[in-house]
Amino acid sequence: MDFEIPENLRMITDTVRRLVQRELEPISRQVEEQDHIPESVVQTMRELGLFGLSIPEAYGGLGLSTLGECLVYEELAKVNACFRNRIATNNGIGSQGLVLDGTEQQKQRYLPRLASGQWIGCFALSEPGAGSDAAGVQTTAVMEGDHWVLNGRKHFITNGDIADLATVFAVTDRQKRAKGGITAFLVERSFAGYQVGTIEKKMGHRGSHTSELIFDNCRVPAENVLGGPSMVGRGFQSAMKTLDKGRLTIGAAALGAAQRLLELSLDYAKQRVQFGRPIAEFQSIKNMLADMATEIYAARQMLHHAAWLRDQKGTAVIKEASMVKLFCTNMAGRVADMAVQIHGGMGYMQEYPVERFYRDLRLTRIYEGTDEIQRLVIARELLKE
Amino acid sequence: MNIVVCIKQVPDTETQIKIASDGKSIETDDIKWVMNPYDEFGVEEALVLQKEKGAEVTVVGAGPQRVTEALRTALAMGADKAVLIEDDDFYGADPITVAKVLAKAIEPLNPDIIFFGQRAVDDDSGVVGSAVAEFLDMPQLSVVTKVEVGDGTVQAHRPVEGATLVLESTLPCVITAQKGLNEPRYASLPGIMKAKKKPLEVISLADLGVERDDKLEIVALNPPPERAPGKQVEGETGQEIAINLVKLLREEAKVI
Ligand SMILES: Cc1cc2nc3c(=O)[nH]c(=O)nc-3n(C[C@H](O)[C@H](O)[C@H](O)COP(=O)(O)OP(=O)(O)OC[C@H]3O[C@@H](n4cnc5c(N)ncnc54)[C@H](O)[C@@H]3O)c2cc1C
Repeated sequence: MDFEIPENLRMITDTVRRLVQRELEPISRQVEEQDHIPESVVQTMRELGLFGLSIPEAYGGLGLSTLGECLVYEELAKVNACFRNRIATNNGIGSQGLVLDGTEQQKQRYLPRLASGQWIGCFALSEPGAGSDAAGVQTTAVMEGDHWVLNGRKHFITNGDIADLATVFAVTDRQKRAKGGITAFLVERSFAGYQVGTIEKKMGHRGSHTSELIFDNCRVPAENVLGGPSMVGRGFQSAMKTLDKGRLTIGAAALGAAQRLLELSLDYAKQRVQFGRPIAEFQSIKNMLADMATEIYAARQMLHHAAWLRDQKGTAVIKEASMVKLFCTNMAGRVADMAVQIHGGMGYMQEYPVERFYRDLRLTRIYEGTDEIQRLVIARELLKE
Repeated sequence: MNIVVCIKQVPDTETQIKIASDGKSIETDDIKWVMNPYDEFGVEEALVLQKEKGAEVTVVGAGPQRVTEALRTALAMGADKAVLIEDDDFYGADPITVAKVLAKAIEPLNPDIIFFGQRAVDDDSGVVGSAVAEFLDMPQLSVVTKVEVGDGTVQAHRPVEGATLVLESTLPCVITAQKGLNEPRYASLPGIMKAKKKPLEVISLADLGVERDDKLEIVALNPPPERAPGKQVEGETGQEIAINLVKLLREEAKVI
């Protein structure tokens, strides 16, 4: 057994840590207030190669292992969730469909642009009527000559407002639905009938936006069915495969934030004096610190193991990915709660980053499959075995 | 054009240094090792010349196997190849010995410029660059903040109290880098991935035909004196506090 992180991955996390300390941490507050990441910082992120972590080298990416990608997210999430969100769709749900199922021509056209960060990709599955029950999508696609014509409305789409390419899921056969009736389309922003709707107002994740995408007789060339014409009706399977890795990476983001909250809490507890001594000397505070560290330790082993397993097997790790997402995000929620408690009133003030982490982390238990859906998946896999 | 950058691996400046039980070395177990920050300026300057003049950049380091990490960082930043003189017992060697060994390893590389950091942040001796220049019989431009390479010559700036010295030399030469020379780039992620495939040659002292002959020995390593805790000046009123302060300054601190 070897738990050592490989040298090149350690170098990568060092670089990301340096970026975080030198460039991201100093502007985190400003990003939160202005709800916007400055273009110069996005450019630095592009130059470092952050948009192409998971995209194969042959298409201009780094071809990083799942473990490598998770380590990058852990570091990035220590500062502010929005920075990971900016690169997460290009590395995850906005490109993985292409990587897994795209035709050679589609890969060559889109992946290099996504890997460089020149284009932003997004994943448009959810709709007002279709959340956990993603197979309930209402958006339709009808063939007209050599084009598909899309009609419908997607919502809560991460990076929807800035995306140049959306992987859009639409019904092509009402009877078959999830079993052969949903198709994935590669829709460019410039296609006629593509429209960005409202940017939704959220509890947190400021600096990163989710929006509606509206398709009003949007014309998509026949060759833009993800995977080509033979993949018509197989979009739902594609979506499920894409979400599997995403679950590990959200676990990584939650873990990184939890680690940072522990560090902040340790510093605060040592320096805050009440009743004539640092609050770190009170047993109640010590207990919280011990619980936080223990939970983080467990979560890290679990995440790294599942990522390693996925890299070894080269295939999906469905049950483990769901377990990691469920545990890491809930763990981070508990850690954030304790961090607020240790910080007392300061934990509730915007002056300190703790309250932001507390709000931002809440999302991790909802998107890319809620807690309840993760349990459903885990139990389904268990009962299958 | 050939450029060599010598790199020392040192404890991260944020590391809490603990003195080992032998009283003359440091505990190395929990240390995070990094490239000496002054050497980063050398690497950056070499990479600028790599781009401008098509120079080939070789980085050279000496020490135990872990030193490959510092060399790989330089490869990830963009250096072309690396040489490690591997020796488990090299950390803390006499700087003159270090220079002798490096000079031997560098000579066959036919360098036009050899960059060093002006000193290493761990032992602060600042000798190795000069000594290598001596062993290789090259001119040296030390502690520089600007480098301009011409045709077979180089100009460099060294800030001195209230002025800047402008130095000129023929090539080949040794240059030691001072803070302000440039802003070292990050090792980008694609750079790190590519670094895995770049050549890293490992040689031994025996391969170089040099034997250690240290003249200098570290006999003791003492921690800086512990700072006495601060003292709060007591008193009910401002006047009283002022009187007590003056008393303390005169009687205890003996400064007035
Ligand atoms: C900030 C943000 C970003 C997002 N980004 C994207 C994106 O980029 N692309 C995209 O397609 N979607 C995105 N989403 C949508 C997200 O994936 C959905 O919100 C999520 O899947 C839940 O769906 P829902 O909101 O409709 O909740 P619902 O499905 O309505 O769930 C409501 C509650 O019911 C529970 N529930 C539902 N079904 C069951 C069941 N069978 N058994 C037990 N409990 C159940 C849920 O767990 C939850 O507690 C994003 C959402 C947010 C908030």
